[in-house]
Amino acid sequence: MKKAVTKGYVLLILLFLYAPIFVLIAFSFNESKSRANFTGFTFHWYEELFKDNLIMTSLGNTLLIAVLASVFATILGTAAALGIKNMKKRARSVCMNVTYMPVINPEIVMGISMMLLFVFICQMFDWELGMITVLIAHITFCVPYVILNVLPKLRQMDQNTYEAALDLGCTPFSAFFKVVIPEILPGIMSGFLMAFTFSLDDFIITYFTNGSSFQTLPVTIYAMTRKKVNPKINALSTILFLAVLILLIVMNVRQARSEKNKEKQR
Amino acid sequence: MKNKLPAFPYIVWMVAFIVVPLFLVVYFAFTSEEGGFTLDNLVKISQYTPIFVKSINLAIIATLICFVLAYPIAYILSRSTERYQRTMILLVMLPMWMNFLLRTYGWMTLLENEGLINKFLGLLHIGPFQMINTAGAVVLGMVYNYLPFMILPLYSVMAKIDQSMIEAAQDLGCNAVKVIIKVLMPLSLPGIITGVTMVFVPSVSTFVISRMLGGGQNMLIGDLIEQQFIGSTYNPYVGSAMSLILMVIMLVIMGIMSSFDDDEMEGLVI
Amino acid sequence: MKKWVTILTAVLLCFTCLQVSALDVRAEDTVTIKVYNWGEYISDGSDDSMDVIKEFEAQYPGIKVSYTTYATNEELYAKLRSGSASYDVIVPSDYMISRMIAEDMLEPLDFSNIPNFADIDDTFKNPQYDPENEYSVPYTWGTVGIIYNTTMVEGTVDSWEVLWDPQYTGQILMFNNSRDAFGIAEKLLGFSQNTTDVKELEQAAEKLKEQKMVLQAYVMDEIFDKMSNGEAALAPYYAGDFFIMQEDNPDLAFAVPKEGTNLFVDAMVIPKGTEHKKEAETFINFMLEPDIGLANIEFIGYSTPLKTVKSMLDEEVLNDGISYPSQEILDKCESFVNLPDELNRYMDELWVDIRASGSSSVIELIFLFAVILGLGGALIIYLRRRNR
Repeated sequence: MKKAVTKGYVLLILLFLYAPIFVLIAFSFNESKSRANFTGFTFHWYEELFKDNLIMTSLGNTLLIAVLASVFATILGTAAALGIKNMKKRARSVCMNVTYMPVINPEIVMGISMMLLFVFICQMFDWELGMITVLIAHITFCVPYVILNVLPKLRQMDQNTYEAALDLGCTPFSAFFKVVIPEILPGIMSGFLMAFTFSLDDFIITYFTNGSSFQTLPVTIYAMTRKKVNPKINALSTILFLAVLILLIVMNVRQARSEKNKEKQR
Repeated sequence: MKNKLPAFPYIVWMVAFIVVPLFLVVYFAFTSEEGGFTLDNLVKISQYTPIFVKSINLAIIATLICFVLAYPIAYILSRSTERYQRTMILLVMLPMWMNFLLRTYGWMTLLENEGLINKFLGLLHIGPFQMINTAGAVVLGMVYNYLPFMILPLYSVMAKIDQSMIEAAQDLGCNAVKVIIKVLMPLSLPGIITGVTMVFVPSVSTFVISRMLGGGQNMLIGDLIEQQFIGSTYNPYVGSAMSLILMVIMLVIMGIMSSFDDDEMEGLVI
Repeated sequence: MKKWVTILTAVLLCFTCLQVSALDVRAEDTVTIKVYNWGEYISDGSDDSMDVIKEFEAQYPGIKVSYTTYATNEELYAKLRSGSASYDVIVPSDYMISRMIAEDMLEPLDFSNIPNFADIDDTFKNPQYDPENEYSVPYTWGTVGIIYNTTMVEGTVDSWEVLWDPQYTGQILMFNNSRDAFGIAEKLLGFSQNTTDVKELEQAAEKLKEQKMVLQAYVMDEIFDKMSNGEAALAPYYAGDFFIMQEDNPDLAFAVPKEGTNLFVDAMVIPKGTEHKKEAETFINFMLEPDIGLANIEFIGYSTPLKTVKSMLDEEVLNDGISYPSQEILDKCESFVNLPDELNRYMDELWVDIRASGSSSVIELIFLFAVILGLGGALIIYLRRRNR
């Protein structure tokens, strides 16, 4: 009895989380534009979706920004974590407080504050807001996630291994790449992935810093939801959902397998 | 490895793109259109008190609902087999990876007068109910979008609680309610605090959810700020003052929250 | 895991390089003009219509168009003023154009690059909002009226009053922009839509606050779906859009209220600071080509100021009394003019106030205080316990 209740509850929550997604998926195959009546099955909207220039460019832009921002943020953040670890307590706490800023501050405040700065600078030099400002903004809110992932790994690391490498004749440079980096790699990787997904998904900060013609996918989607219904949105949702689903399953299976391998080796 | 230098580019970056912009907000908040110092912007905001109150209230309600829904789920998950846990966490995270605009759009389809829920209720001869464009719909949108942010930190804290603690409490004569209050709650406090902040902060400052599900008549602080900058009532000075107040409210709440918690806010990272 | 990440990164990086190089190629020999227009305001190729942007790019291979949309004049104004965005062609309405002229935000046009301007009907030349006709080229015009669903509304609709009718509580939509909303309330109260009397403005605001009780939502382009799907019964909107909605839902009808209404002209202008003025003018001229103008008008349903295009339209359209209203109706119409700066600002404030009103703030305040007290109490108890 108790089991049935818990099972039922879990199912209800999952239903709540997935209901709107399934609705979107179902209606992406709807022949008519209606959001209420299902009139027939079609792939028409998928065709339209791939023909839509704006959506495709926005998708490209989104990926471009996500890749650049997360790579850059990972480098900047990892370096920062190395430095922060060696700071004195006071300096470190100031640094960490600034680092937490983008994480805890409402996104809209981060967005408008950066917009104010970019507008100020751009007007001074007669530049325009666009890809560069979006990239800067994305790097800025991504770096903290990298730092927060790398820092604990650095703390766990045994300082002696690095010194041992030096004693055994490594240059500090190669000791760093041969000893420290492998040790903190999991942290770097998870920081990178986090930065990548956050950048991919960001709407609010992009919305305020994107200027007039550089659109990422979320910005385009937002514009679409404010106009006449366009079942292309549904088709897009379905494709994104499938992409995410496949990615997560693949990652999970690989992880499970590597864990099993490790156990076997023991 | 004793070098602080690698952090230097980062510090420069953060000063340029976080500290300076935030100071710009403060500067604008106290500047009049003519460029002099003024407190008018802050005074002007007082007329928007109802909007501030409403936003905070809706966010509180959404946070409470999230907590009530998420706590049992997190507990159930943390006490089940590892395989089940992994699948479930995946299932909870999966919607988060899809753009929140799309998911909110899905709710529009469900909630409309002629939408699926009302259609379904119509079959049972109930309704139709006006669901979209109400404050309730806005709260629903918040709960829906930020529920995983509550579940995940709660789960990660509870997974670390030793089952024997609970059993010990039961052996010593605690009933279920007492176990929750005396054992589970205190032990999961860091998770609760992280979860509450991660739901409350985006809820109180959202403008997308209220716009999509609130029909333009459920204005929140986020809408108000957005309007002052690139929306329909252009006034970045008042907008900055509003952002400043929002920031202050946030800091106060964070302060209260973190005084519950002894640790640094490491828990913020899922 | 590691291998996978490497592959993934490699693929993504390749993609990035492609993107960047694609950008470069484009930048070399073409110019991109940024057009910022109302939503649903150009023939965009859907439903077998002409894709005007594509046509333009095909005819002028050296010019690319980046096309984005806005929902209200005020939004357009804010975007330009904030400095966060710049555009080469925008399409504001009459009153916004005179405001922009007054604030020196527009570039005078070189009409030798816009020969098709000759085709504009004389009544639309040298308009009130641009007396010397230096800055603007009319794109479309129309009136505002009430769109209603005949299956949901009883009796005849002939007055703005119906938008306040409690019988339709929860089924009425309203403009989500201050000028149009205030215009309706002012007409209903018998004031001018361009009143500069603060008292009259406040009275109109009171009226709009009253209306909130019966409203379902404030909308702009969201209206298309809501009316077509029968989500709402009544809504004021632009006449042209009515035809688009009627195509999806034949039950809809349009009425011009007896109190009179607003006659608007949306015109193409070039904002100050553009770097591609010549190309922007080429675009404006292209929009005045007869076949392009016709495609647009047929797609968006508004009325055209172009003589040739009008002559190409069906009798049916010309005589429906909505697109090209009779003189009798036109006489009752009023056009918006730009209001003094202070009044604009005051109207904005009243508008926010209207939209924020109606929540029972006393109960909400009590609720908030209770929560704060509760939280504070919990904190104190907690701290005491811990100290012990």
